[in-house]
Amino acid sequence: MYQELKAHVLKCLNKGVRYDGRKPLEFRPISIEYGVSASAEGSARVRIGGTEVIAGVKMETATPYPDTPNQGNLMVNVELLPMSNPKFETGPPGQQANEIARVVDRGIRESKCISVHDLVIKPGELVWGVNIDVCSLNDEGNLQDACALAAIAALKDARLPKVTEHDEVDYDAPKTDQKLPLARLPVEVTVIKVGDQFFVDPLSDEEMAIEARLTVGVTEKGTVCALQKGAEAPLSLEDLEKMVDIAVKIAPTLRNAL
Amino acid sequence: MTYHERFDKRAFDEMRPMSAKVGIVPRADGSAMFQIGKTIAYATVYGPRDLHPKFMQNPMTGILRVNYNMMPFSGHGERVRPGGGRRSKEISMVIQNALLPVLNLKDYPNAVVDVFIELPQTDAGTRCAAITAAAMALADAGLEMKDLVAAVAAGRVEDKIVMDLNYLEDSHEDGCDIPVAVMPSSGKITLLQMDGEISPAMLKEAISKARDACKKIYEVQKQALKARFLQL
Repeated sequence: MYQELKAHVLKCLNKGVRYDGRKPLEFRPISIEYGVSASAEGSARVRIGGTEVIAGVKMETATPYPDTPNQGNLMVNVELLPMSNPKFETGPPGQQANEIARVVDRGIRESKCISVHDLVIKPGELVWGVNIDVCSLNDEGNLQDACALAAIAALKDARLPKVTEHDEVDYDAPKTDQKLPLARLPVEVTVIKVGDQFFVDPLSDEEMAIEARLTVGVTEKGTVCALQKGAEAPLSLEDLEKMVDIAVKIAPTLRNAL
Repeated sequence: MTYHERFDKRAFDEMRPMSAKVGIVPRADGSAMFQIGKTIAYATVYGPRDLHPKFMQNPMTGILRVNYNMMPFSGHGERVRPGGGRRSKEISMVIQNALLPVLNLKDYPNAVVDVFIELPQTDAGTRCAAITAAAMALADAGLEMKDLVAAVAAGRVEDKIVMDLNYLEDSHEDGCDIPVAVMPSSGKITLLQMDGEISPAMLKEAISKARDACKKIYEVQKQALKARFLQL
């Protein structure tokens, strides 16, 4: 069944068209809504076409890890909710959710978007713990790029909570006006290869035909801050160059939505 | 002690502003959102579909399976660890029992109807909002139903019976919380829980007022369902 689907996707791509009439390197419309969860310190809903995810940032005060006394804690978790796709199940994150979370984490951490050194309240004693949770609501393809965008959007929306004299977060008090220091706005673009064709922003059906994919984290300077090659097919050096070029070229489309 | 005025100035039997939308998750067979005050519940339905593991199958009828979950950032205070604990397991079960009476799954032996409930932000009354949303999602999925189910958190704060408690009232030390789910057409109760202390007379009053409140919620549900099918 996948073989037939793949043949069909490939046939379309060779003519330069997609299921939904897009060009191979065209994203579906992207929209971002901020402040969608009052319980979170920051939150955002991202829609890429029919795909919808929501991200929330929860902040806590914590003692730093002994080996990194002057660094705050950053954690990214992705919940591929069973409500968003009939194939997703309840229970602990599976392979796909884990991969997406790790790649989103890499993009944020390695671009120094949030410097973990800025999350120190009292050196060696007290730091901020920033927990980013991304939940999928409706999966119509390309959760990876949607989750990465939602994570950044939620960080952008976040306001620091008040801290009590006992160094704990006062969740009852209104949040402060202070934003999280975001030095960069990395976005991730996943480039897909099927046959000798490249395309971005796959639909769910197109995802089933993927031979190889490359997720590229791109900063606003056009530098690359994270990479993840996925799926089974190997890539040649020329393929890689092309895919990185495509990602860098498309990244501003996503960043402009922020 | 007398509770003169509610923390958010509502009348004692007044609910917070409500809104509902059906068809929020296109990928699912049925879906709905219900918001009451700051509490938001999303519910989606998948099925009837194959049920695994096989030992759970019932050759006489399809079964209903409910999963209630708070998004990690949706809690009052600290992050809620994903995966769910004893609380969400119990709530899933009572919601399942609250919804089952309106369904007829006899035509779907060995199959399951899955209901997934997610809360992106909460301010008390989550199981009630969840039931209200789930009933609309089941209707949206086109399942045969005898009635809808609407639910509200009734309760007592000091000397007053109040409807639709918010977090401040819910966590008030002199009071109790009584979630009630009702089949609006028949008026029968499909979920009833309580914690706190209350006199039998006040309990009776609370439940009767909750039934009236559920009728108002029912109107919101009906409107949202109609809007969905007018739009199609």
